[in-house]
Amino acid sequence: MAAHAAHAHPHGSHGHHDEPYYASKGSLWKTVMSWVYTVDHKKIGVMYLVAVLLAFFLGGVFALLLRAELYEPTKTLADGTVTGQMFKGWTSAQGEVTSNNIYNRLFSLHGTVMVFLFIIPSIPAALGNILLPLMIGAKDVAFPKLNLMSWYTYLFGGAFALWALIGGGVETGWTFYTPYSSTTNWGNVTAMVLGAFILGFSSIFTGINFIVTVHKLRTPGMGWFDMPLFVWATYATAIIQVLATPVLGITLLMIVFERVFRTGIFDPALGGDPVLFQHFFWFYSHPAVYIMIVPAFGVVSELLAVHCRKRLFGYRAIAFSSLAIAAISFLVWGHHLFAAETPAANAIFSALTFLVAIPTAIKVFNWIATMYKASISWNTPMLYAMSFLFNFTIGGLTGPPLATLATDIHLTDTYFVVAHFHYVMMGGTVFAFVGGLHHWWPKITGRMYNEAWGRVGAVLVFIGFNMTFLVQFILGTQGMPRRYATYVEMFEGMHKFSTIGTWVLGFGFVIHLLVFVLSLVSGKKASANPWGGLTMEWEAASPPIEHNFHREPLMTHGPYDYDTAVPPHCNEKDYPLPTPKPGMAMAH
Amino acid sequence: MTTLSTKPGNADLAPHESYVPGSHWRNLQDETEGAKLGMWLFLSTEILLFSGFFCAYAVFRMLYPGNWHDASQYYLNWKIGAVNTVVLLLSSFTVVLAIRGAQTNRNWMIQLNLLLTNLCAAFFLVVKLGWEYWPKWQKGELPGAAFTYGNPQGTHDNIFLSVYWVATATHGVHVLVGIIVLTWCMIKASRREFGPRHYTFLENAGLYWHIVDVIWIFLFPLLYLV
Repeated sequence: MAAHAAHAHPHGSHGHHDEPYYASKGSLWKTVMSWVYTVDHKKIGVMYLVAVLLAFFLGGVFALLLRAELYEPTKTLADGTVTGQMFKGWTSAQGEVTSNNIYNRLFSLHGTVMVFLFIIPSIPAALGNILLPLMIGAKDVAFPKLNLMSWYTYLFGGAFALWALIGGGVETGWTFYTPYSSTTNWGNVTAMVLGAFILGFSSIFTGINFIVTVHKLRTPGMGWFDMPLFVWATYATAIIQVLATPVLGITLLMIVFERVFRTGIFDPALGGDPVLFQHFFWFYSHPAVYIMIVPAFGVVSELLAVHCRKRLFGYRAIAFSSLAIAAISFLVWGHHLFAAETPAANAIFSALTFLVAIPTAIKVFNWIATMYKASISWNTPMLYAMSFLFNFTIGGLTGPPLATLATDIHLTDTYFVVAHFHYVMMGGTVFAFVGGLHHWWPKITGRMYNEAWGRVGAVLVFIGFNMTFLVQFILGTQGMPRRYATYVEMFEGMHKFSTIGTWVLGFGFVIHLLVFVLSLVSGKKASANPWGGLTMEWEAASPPIEHNFHREPLMTHGPYDYDTAVPPHCNEKDYPLPTPKPGMAMAH
Repeated sequence: MTTLSTKPGNADLAPHESYVPGSHWRNLQDETEGAKLGMWLFLSTEILLFSGFFCAYAVFRMLYPGNWHDASQYYLNWKIGAVNTVVLLLSSFTVVLAIRGAQTNRNWMIQLNLLLTNLCAAFFLVVKLGWEYWPKWQKGELPGAAFTYGNPQGTHDNIFLSVYWVATATHGVHVLVGIIVLTWCMIKASRREFGPRHYTFLENAGLYWHIVDVIWIFLFPLLYLV
């Protein structure tokens, strides 16, 4: 990035009022320090972006490895036992680790890395940091130093996770269920749990920052219902981050106490209650599911409006449904414990869980209505938005069978659950994230990407994703349980198909990576508003200057007024306003 | 060439009088309100953090009601807890007086009351460590598996002590953080950074101190007086 900046702006640090935010500061040392000590939300966002992409790569490699293990029913990657050492600490006292242990570690590391290091910070901390102040016409977030602290807290937590990885990994899954997590003496559970605890603080800091930013730093004239829906979604997410994450913090801290001091609060052998842990954990982790998906709703709303060039259908319904999801998210944690609760509690949690379907369905119908009779651009962000709608609908509709007690008891801990949450987390959030990354790439880097190859990548990722996970619904209903390195031979065909799907998926992401690298090296310079968007980030230059705008932007039109406003920096000839239909002229 | 300020006597102004809000804020009032909103959000996270202990408390008290009562009566001395409660309440009052000192531009009042607050906080920790933790440590009245006390009151004394230790120790860490933050305020006050125009940092530190007190006000009756 630094080299690219130096190339684009050879004239040094003078006249910095027109320079991109990442411009070189003269010497390499000064430029590096300008990133290390930066309080600029865009630079912090870019650093987050690089970090979450690295985490995504790492988690992806774990996923490819564990799917490779499942390619055949019995034969394993390591075939028998491993006597050598991958890392010190990966072997037991006897100097050997069975391939089952390796498999357990792979899925545990895949889960922890993807959840805590990638998905949770992906859209809010990376894209949100860059875009939120731009979208509301602010110079920065409310507390820029806290923002930098959040970034370094994330790095610190990530370092703990890396330590855990090298020091033996974990076999507990990302859910750290007690008493296994509090008593297992293999691997490095303490380091991983501390890492997740520290990452939680990073998430809380970002959440507090965004709430105050939205309340206090909107440009004059921008009311709550003039905000882009990405801002609404980020705001709803921030509320969940602030209210749920501390509970995870105390839960993980109690696991550390269990491991270090054997406090026994979650240990039945000492009179403690392991189900209490499950309640605590899911009181955070179910809302955390919405920390992961609600920002994706925001991204998709933006993608659809811009690339359909149409006023979003049901703006207020989409905005309020985000808040409704945030509120309901706190009342449904018990559905993760259907196998551990009393029937009365199960019935209540089951009923509450069905409520979530209402606001999410409202969103999906509004998005589809937005596409009706729109002028749709078939570019990469739009392909991703439509893939999101397809995947998220499947992911969403496979939720009610899991909320229904009778079917859930059959499907609990099977591949049906795995497929369900991957359709939401990956088919939903990751697709929105990658789509959003393409959409805002010109704004962030000032460069265009290759549209044709972007489309190829999008199609491959869509096909690969559905190959990987669609068959897992069938596997699950036929009784294939989660978290096993081996399986009976009747499942072999579907498992093979799923594993081949991951290769297509991985290939698609490699293409995206190459497209992005090529764009940085030799991409066409982006105009300020390449897609003709109406939200405020498109009023800033591409890439924005250090303080975002030359002067405080004014609200002259709503974020989706495609029927009445010409996009900033765009020619009216390219963006003709629709001719009013007879009898409609008086409507405005 | 360019003069920054032509106002006479600018050098004599206290720092709070020449304070300029961060360049991304429109004015000082917005910045102050934003900082306070952020602080209240942070305080809500503190309450939720401790909610874990209160939930654990409720669950185990329901599971082992008689044992819980006996353990509370036997291991904890309500008089020590009461003294600490009074001290913390007093410190909440002095921190308010420090803020009042800023509002009325009396710097000595800020510094004196912050000192009193810190003395109260230190007293609290000394009593906690010297009269509660240390004897308990020696007698083996420890949490979970470390419980070695010879004369248990029931089968689950160790769980009561687990909740007691982790909840009060986490609270104690918060008191320690409070001392650091209030000392930082004292340094700022000695530089005359607080006054009627700008005392956000002091006010937020005071809010934090209040939440530390409020949490103790709930811990005290639940642990000592049941």
